[in-house]
Amino acid sequence: MTGGSTGASGTDGGTTTGEDPRDAVMFDQAATAVEAALAAGATYADARVVLRRHERLHAQNGELEAVTNTDDVGLGVRALVGSSWGFAATSELSERAAGTAGAEATATAKASALVPGEGLHLADVPVAQDRYRTPHEENPFDVPLDEKVEVVVSATRTMHAVEGVMVATAHLVFWDTEKWFVSSQGHRIFQHLVESGCGMDATAVGERETQRRSYPQSFGHVETGGYEVIRRFDLPAHAPEVAQEAVALLSADDCPSGELDVILESSQVALQIHESVGHAIELDRILGWEAAFAGTSFLELDQLGSLRYGSELMNITADATIPRALATFGYDDEGTPAQRVPIVDEGRWVGVLSGRDSAHLVGLEPGGMVRADGFARIPMVRMTNVGLLPGDSSMEEIISETKHGVVMATNRSWSIDDRRLNFQFGCEIGWEVKDGERVRMVKNPTYTGITPNFWGSMDMLAGEEEWVPWGVPNCGKGQPMQIGHTGHPASPARFRNVRVGVKA
Amino acid sequence: MSADATTPLEELADRVVALVDAHGGDGREVEANVTVSRDRHGLTRFANSFIHQHVGEDTVTVSLTAAVDRRSASASTTAVDDASLRDLVERTLASAARQPVDPHWPGATPPDAVDRVGHFDPSTAEADPAARAAGVKAFVDAGPELRAAGYLDSEAMWVAFASTAGQRAAGSSTRATLDGIHQTDRSAGAAHQTSDRLADLDAGAGGELAADLARRSADFVDVDPGHFEVVLGPEAVSTVVTFLSAYGFNAKAHLEGASFAQLGEPQFDPSITLLEDPEDPRAIGLPFDAEGTPRRRFTLVDEGVTRALAHDRRTALRADTTTTGNAVPGGQSFGAVPFNPRLAPGDTAPERMVADVERGLLVTQFHYCRVLDPKTQVVTGLTRNGTFLIEDGEVVGAVGNLRFTQSFVEALSSGRVLAIGDDDRLAAGEFGPGMVICPSLRLAGWNFTGGARG
Repeated sequence: MTGGSTGASGTDGGTTTGEDPRDAVMFDQAATAVEAALAAGATYADARVVLRRHERLHAQNGELEAVTNTDDVGLGVRALVGSSWGFAATSELSERAAGTAGAEATATAKASALVPGEGLHLADVPVAQDRYRTPHEENPFDVPLDEKVEVVVSATRTMHAVEGVMVATAHLVFWDTEKWFVSSQGHRIFQHLVESGCGMDATAVGERETQRRSYPQSFGHVETGGYEVIRRFDLPAHAPEVAQEAVALLSADDCPSGELDVILESSQVALQIHESVGHAIELDRILGWEAAFAGTSFLELDQLGSLRYGSELMNITADATIPRALATFGYDDEGTPAQRVPIVDEGRWVGVLSGRDSAHLVGLEPGGMVRADGFARIPMVRMTNVGLLPGDSSMEEIISETKHGVVMATNRSWSIDDRRLNFQFGCEIGWEVKDGERVRMVKNPTYTGITPNFWGSMDMLAGEEEWVPWGVPNCGKGQPMQIGHTGHPASPARFRNVRVGVKA
Repeated sequence: MSADATTPLEELADRVVALVDAHGGDGREVEANVTVSRDRHGLTRFANSFIHQHVGEDTVTVSLTAAVDRRSASASTTAVDDASLRDLVERTLASAARQPVDPHWPGATPPDAVDRVGHFDPSTAEADPAARAAGVKAFVDAGPELRAAGYLDSEAMWVAFASTAGQRAAGSSTRATLDGIHQTDRSAGAAHQTSDRLADLDAGAGGELAADLARRSADFVDVDPGHFEVVLGPEAVSTVVTFLSAYGFNAKAHLEGASFAQLGEPQFDPSITLLEDPEDPRAIGLPFDAEGTPRRRFTLVDEGVTRALAHDRRTALRADTTTTGNAVPGGQSFGAVPFNPRLAPGDTAPERMVADVERGLLVTQFHYCRVLDPKTQVVTGLTRNGTFLIEDGEVVGAVGNLRFTQSFVEALSSGRVLAIGDDDRLAAGEFGPGMVICPSLRLAGWNFTGGARG
């Protein structure tokens, strides 16, 4: 059984009413798992049948290096007993396997009673029976392979032809995910999500260093949508500039060290949001549920509504309804509708990322932010499109009003502590700014800071024209590890008196 | 469930090879490597001193890399019915046939006998949720006034490999890991244990260790960042070894000029010997790699001199050498990496290392490390779960977490390694448990560039 069908009702987007001939089988198997979980003693259960198809093309130095197709097909069922979720997954799609998985999920949850806590309960959400499809113009799996190959091969050939470029790579990625969700409260939701992305980079190698430039951002950029995303970003057209900048960096001066103003281009702002806001506002992390792995959060719930997170220019929302953004969907993986939740309002912390269990625990409305990485992982709180609303300035205006600073673009390294407070980022390229003008390119730009201090120093923010719904397709969280797809709309911004140029 | 549970997987692999072979002839050269794996994994996760997520999965995956006239493509599926397997083969071959010629296609893996390595424990493969929950209880009970969090898991993998060139291999492995912390309101301490046998884990002892570290760290003070002599515990050393392995001893990175490694050069202190050692009795994993090549012990660094790189068949072809059996799934893009690096132990007890430090830091674990430049191995990250100040040979108290920016190669260079511990064991590094076996290290210097609060 393979995924990849776009169904018969077109790709006009949003919630649709068309039936799918596979519905009966898929919903029935999910329902079988749920019923088995309840019969075994669960107080609540839900199940997802998921067909996920992934294609990746990777080229290097003008040659195609890999074309990989992955089909993940299976069922995952979640059962609540007391203070614990039990979860079971099987790659066998059959009534028998579904029933076994449902019973195992409950048995697993029951085994948790040896180390019990307070009972978990679920916040109420509307019981939906609905369908949702990602709006897209061109099914990426229908585009001829030769055409896709030519994009990555030609882009890397162009970059590699530039003298000094040692390695040029490019990739295209596509996901086509169909999922049938059933809950013991009556949900029956079908969703068909389509995601497309691309990226390329050129690496120049010096005697004791490497320098890299990437486009559109490091590790690529992904959106919800079809092959039109690839056409819009047009890798081959940008290949010469990317390669030339990588080579130029080898002979550039090092980023100055000290306290300077930092001007971040939008994709670096996006990663700054991801690490220092997105993870910090996950309610499960705040509650300590992720403590042993990536850590907790500096945020405490009694500060919700009062804590100053940043300057008054800082307005953050978690919005799963933004067109094209990577974490846009109809419903999360526990049947809560996609929604827009205020997180930071004029610098004040006002919201969290939550699921039905965590929201109930602290008396908040569930935000519809619980998703799973395929059928074999338990749904958990994941960022949706956690973005910074645009300001009214522009990159050029920000530069013109900066006396001494560094423009930094495109992430190269990222690290943050286990409370989401102390971060250090490296970017691929920088430009020193003096008296309102870019005066020179600099390499190895890094900056470090403390989350609320840093956001509190943001005093200029570019507007809607430079606002990009950046997508991050590689967010790791949870044990077992899950890879999440998150969105971070952002525009360029300036931060005052930041420590830059950290060196070994 | 025994190690012999690979039999149905071997039959499945043979069926896929037969389907591929059926597409040969008419002048086309059709080749393939097929891997069929079954993963049975259970994980018991706890936080705030109770079990909150308890999961299990049992999945079968068929992976196929095929070439038609040296044009290659890869695909995998979890659907293993006849129609799905036929679809997998037909789609992959059709995809391959439309590619440009792959200049680095090394051919399907030829026959090479695989000696089964016994890293499989039947009782671990059969472990049920109750067994894991009992371990969690022992860990949690060790710190009744503290908050415990972490996981205890058990995993079994059965894998069969078959190629159109005649290679056949089958193997199985088990792994169990305890990874937990105890927390006060101001501090945390961690314990990590990994073995191929769940019964080897002593969760109660792990809980005692983590609780002790948390309690001793509760009254930490901040120290100014700067250059410190350090004693790194096995978990911290494991992260260093992982970065050296993934970015440095990776033959693809070396071919592309992005690795620090210079074969034959004394790049490390003479006390450093690093092996890739799947044959160590403590090692976790299968006896063959993702290309079906047998995995054997070899030396990466011999008494400070860089001697070898990890190769798969693609990089071996490019470098005109032979594979070392280090292919990873999807490795065409990333390259080959050591799976079981083992840093040879010394003869110094960890307590002796501390006693020999006039002023320095004892670091138990690193956190969120990221490489700034793979060629220099400059990495930034933080300390976590127990960092202590050493003065005049004694641990005098805990310090707050610190950020570092440090070249890992430079830290291990000649004259910088002051002592190597006799406490080598499987240690969990930045990218998880079950890979690196290493001891503690005493190093002359480590560059801390900031406190966790600024």
